[in-house]
Amino acid sequence: MKRWLLLGLLVCSGAQAADDLVARGKYLTILGDCAACHTRKDGPELAGGVPLDSGFGTIYSRNITPDVQTGIGGWTADQFYRAMHSGRSADGSHLYPAFPYPYFTHMTRADDDAIFAYLKTVPAVSYKPPPNKLPFPLNIRGLMSIWNALYFTQGEYKPDPARSAAWNRGAYLVTGLGHCGGCHTPKDWLMGDENDRALSGGVVEHWFAADLTGNTRGGLASWSANDTIEYLKTGRNARATASGPMGEVAELSTSQTSDADLAAIAEYIKSLAPSAQKQPSAPDPAAMHSGEAIFVDACASCHLAGGKGQPYLFPPLAGNASVQGSDPTTIVRLVLDGSRSPSTAARPTPNAMPAFGWKLDDRQVADVVTYVRNSWGNAGEPVEAGAVAKLRKR
Amino acid sequence: MKNPDVVLIGFGWTGAIMAERLTAAGLNVLAIERGGWRDTPNNFATTFDQDELRYMWRHRLFENVAHDTLTFRNNTSQVALPMRRLGSFLPGTGVGGAGVHWNGQVWRFLPSDFKALSHNRERYGQAAIGDMTIADYPVSYDDLEKHYDTFEYLCGVSGKAGNLNGAIQPGGNPFEGPRSREYPNPPLDMTYGPMLFAKAAQEAGYHPFVHPAANMSRAYTNPLGVQMGECTYCGFCEKFGCGNYSKASPQATILPVLMRRPNFKLITHCEVTRIELDSTRKRATGVTYVDDKGKERFQPAELVMLTAYILHNVRLLLLSGIGAPYDPQSGTGVIGKNYAYQITSSVNVFYDDKITNPFIGAGALGMIIDDFNGDNFDHSGLGFIGGGYIGVVNTGARPIETHPVPKGVPAWGAEWKKAVARNYLRMVSIATHGAVMSHRGNYLDLDPTYKDAFGRPLLRMTFDYTDNEHRMSDYLTDRATDVAKRMGARDVSPKKRTGAYSIVPYQTTHNTGGAMMGDDPRTSAVNRYLQSWDVSNLFVTGSAVYPQNAGYNPTGTLAALAYWSADAVVNRYLKAPGPLI
Amino acid sequence: MPPSDFTRRNVLATGTAGLALAQAVKADTYQSDPKLPPAETDRPAAADPLHGYVFFSTAEASFIEAALARLIPKDELGPGAVEAGVAVFIDRQLAGPYGQGDHFYLKGPFPKSEPTQGWQAPKPAEVYRQAIPAVERYAKDSAGASFAQLSPEKQDTVLKALESGDAKLKGGVEAKTFFALLLQNTMEGFFSDPLYGGNRDMAGWKLIGFPGARYNNRPYVLRHGERYPLPPVAIGGRPDWSRS
Repeated sequence: MKRWLLLGLLVCSGAQAADDLVARGKYLTILGDCAACHTRKDGPELAGGVPLDSGFGTIYSRNITPDVQTGIGGWTADQFYRAMHSGRSADGSHLYPAFPYPYFTHMTRADDDAIFAYLKTVPAVSYKPPPNKLPFPLNIRGLMSIWNALYFTQGEYKPDPARSAAWNRGAYLVTGLGHCGGCHTPKDWLMGDENDRALSGGVVEHWFAADLTGNTRGGLASWSANDTIEYLKTGRNARATASGPMGEVAELSTSQTSDADLAAIAEYIKSLAPSAQKQPSAPDPAAMHSGEAIFVDACASCHLAGGKGQPYLFPPLAGNASVQGSDPTTIVRLVLDGSRSPSTAARPTPNAMPAFGWKLDDRQVADVVTYVRNSWGNAGEPVEAGAVAKLRKR
Repeated sequence: MKNPDVVLIGFGWTGAIMAERLTAAGLNVLAIERGGWRDTPNNFATTFDQDELRYMWRHRLFENVAHDTLTFRNNTSQVALPMRRLGSFLPGTGVGGAGVHWNGQVWRFLPSDFKALSHNRERYGQAAIGDMTIADYPVSYDDLEKHYDTFEYLCGVSGKAGNLNGAIQPGGNPFEGPRSREYPNPPLDMTYGPMLFAKAAQEAGYHPFVHPAANMSRAYTNPLGVQMGECTYCGFCEKFGCGNYSKASPQATILPVLMRRPNFKLITHCEVTRIELDSTRKRATGVTYVDDKGKERFQPAELVMLTAYILHNVRLLLLSGIGAPYDPQSGTGVIGKNYAYQITSSVNVFYDDKITNPFIGAGALGMIIDDFNGDNFDHSGLGFIGGGYIGVVNTGARPIETHPVPKGVPAWGAEWKKAVARNYLRMVSIATHGAVMSHRGNYLDLDPTYKDAFGRPLLRMTFDYTDNEHRMSDYLTDRATDVAKRMGARDVSPKKRTGAYSIVPYQTTHNTGGAMMGDDPRTSAVNRYLQSWDVSNLFVTGSAVYPQNAGYNPTGTLAALAYWSADAVVNRYLKAPGPLI
Repeated sequence: MPPSDFTRRNVLATGTAGLALAQAVKADTYQSDPKLPPAETDRPAAADPLHGYVFFSTAEASFIEAALARLIPKDELGPGAVEAGVAVFIDRQLAGPYGQGDHFYLKGPFPKSEPTQGWQAPKPAEVYRQAIPAVERYAKDSAGASFAQLSPEKQDTVLKALESGDAKLKGGVEAKTFFALLLQNTMEGFFSDPLYGGNRDMAGWKLIGFPGARYNNRPYVLRHGERYPLPPVAIGGRPDWSRS
């Protein structure tokens, strides 16, 4: 029976960090959500091979375990820093910006060293990811020097002395290791950030990453800093539930971020100036009629009459930022495919929005989305059936 | 996870409770479930869940008798024949078991129910017991109180206490045993039909109260941190999963936390066929199961828990040769002994002037009187012991199953059509839900003829209601009819439970007994901690351990017993493995 | 909006988005929540929307339609079982897994049984196949014509004899067993979701006032005695879901 108790203790104690540097590196690795791109589903930790849709073709993430042949076991700390800071591989060749070095460049050498120290401690896995599937001429890495000239500004984050330490810490994390703009900043045709519209929402992998600015409709104007902290810590708050890739970010990364760092992130985000707002067109009354019928029959059981929702369980739709987003991709996808809430230590319940794609046709999805985007004080550009069809076929 | 410390056979309510408690204590737990993984958005989503045909009549969530059933006869003079399709009771299969498709009716037994033999003998004399084989539970209400409480808070039961630490509370059940605190959630909003019943019952001098319901009257977060939504009264609880996270189930209350624990593992579509014993036959070495490819595998374990449905628990004991099979002739042996059930009846009430919208419902949404349950009333001269509750529970009048017409109306044709159109929205159905005592001739054993898909003998059920049950049920039906007549309706149509027990019409899935708990290894299968007398590292949960059934739905008590047993394992067994008594 | 239209339109419109959960029984190991995407649903399959019968022969269909017209007749209250598509419903059910007895234990032997022991017959499709010719024979022997040709009164007499078991059928099927099955399947077809081919235009639900596959009755719980204000809705929706 002693054996049992021993096993129990081992299970409960979990991995112990060897020293402070490695512990800090692990924390930063989680904060940067490296696993999201470097760990395959059910695959070995950080061994790479995750297919990433670059917008032009598929790039497979690198093995960053300390395996010498296939991972980064042969790298030096200087080489690792150069990758993070300058977007260059150990041999000096260009990395693709699917690896978000345009953000990581803002990080300090000390933080990069900590991450590197941690990566040296994870189990080495011999695994070579498949070759990238990129069309000519993008398969020529050297071309990235042109891309870098257009979009990449190298350099560590420079604190703004006019702002609080927390704000600066938030800015450092959001624009650096957190690489929030990777999804939340709109991209131009070369997949470069439109920096004048930073964090005002972007479409990635057929999800619309929400507008994080103080926009009063699609943005987070109504969120307090505490709302943001709670959302990142638990995967949901009274106003919204993380869905799609953000659900994974909450589970794997932000739920394990320290309260101080979350507060810093929230303070920085709260300071973002509202993005530009366009007056949406008036919805077709026929769409509103059928949309309302569908809402009453199919949506109101959870989201309740008036779209007031059940806080922390089924998000309110009235005043909801995602619902009114400048781009309806996410809300259409939620109706088509449903979504599962992240399961975090604080909020373990993975409640889900069921999928409606199998029972509603494109027109019906468009109508119900148009209805919720334009009811109870909401305003959002009406959605057409064609847009739904495109997402369905993606 | 390496070798498990504990193997659970079956993963419904008691399996999930055991897994949660034992993993919390640091043990490695493996659950083996013969059905598949099931979860809310995938298997009972609101987008398709309200489908009476598929779930009730085509058995989407129930056990499939094509694979494995039982044989049935009313008495030993008959030849038992297979239950070729489900009817009287509806066991589940798959993750969550019948805990997915139950109603959420959460009851505590009365303190006197735990002393059915000594209490009745003392009050009414040995003659009242006759040749019944009833026994006292080896645990008391007081032993289980805190475990009832744990389950009620896990499930977020909506209700109103009737007895708080001995003080009778207005609006609650004055007959219940003392509870240490109020229910976690207030009562559900009440529909019209139950209120009409409650008013009439009150006027008749009875004590109506709200049915305790594992259907949420408001959003709730349970002590494990799992969140549930407010019930929408859709009327698709019983026989259905809940798409709204509003009805307690293993999925809705335990799994979100359990599945995060690294020391828990579940395998599905694997069916345990035997518990294996070492050469002393006093210790289980593990279990043999058949995987999806039909291959037999052995899973070693330090501790085995039989957490399947009662009928499977008893059958696995018989198939594994654990404990002496019961023999009704000699009255010896313990496995299969004291099988019992529930006896139900109804009184339908039809109005002209009142629209009751009986389709608005929740699994345990109702008003009840307990004046005729257990020994809450004087049985002198009545010719029976035991009792049951009477009440109106609006589980949801789904129309294939529920379209009653007054007595005398044919079951089809133009007259039926007129009657069903006239009455559906204007009916109230009063139910009685009575205890079944244990009798020498009611038992479970293995069938000599019929086999399951693996070639193993089917379980054989020999069961009938006795005079005690019929007198008791008729008495309850008469009391229900008295109340019905005060409800000011056009028509009152009582339907007594007459004749021999039939496995055809749906009654309840409240099968009990067959591995009863007791103080004496010669007359019981498990001890007061649900530990097998014969094999000390085997525990048996569920209603199989009931010496006889009470007038209540069994889930609350079997869950409390599971917590009680888990406590004994963690606090006593782990320190000194071996017989606890 | 007939269910067949819903089904066809839906199959075309929804394409392949959202996979049905794999039906194959496969052992799985779960060390954590498998987090199945909500689009992987154990959703129902609609009945074959094509016209005509799949299971019933012309002769069988003629009996079924005539019998259904008596079990739930069309009258001033609205459509009967035939108009509500119940014959198609039963046909599709018998042609599918239910008719083949997928949830029935069908191993022998089949000795004489007590009524309390329940179903001791072959799979439902077989019961219909055996019983219908036997009922036709009984109709000819007792009333002088095939069932469909009898007057409604005589048809009722035959049905009542089946119901009570007074009719002794040749060929092994018990009249009571067959009648109980037919009546049960008729009720199923009249009151089940239109997805399965019966309850066309939600006629059964409209007859009695059942609002169908509604998930939210919360606003109406305390409105005692009031008529429920919402129209019935099926799993596939209701006419208002689509622009007219």
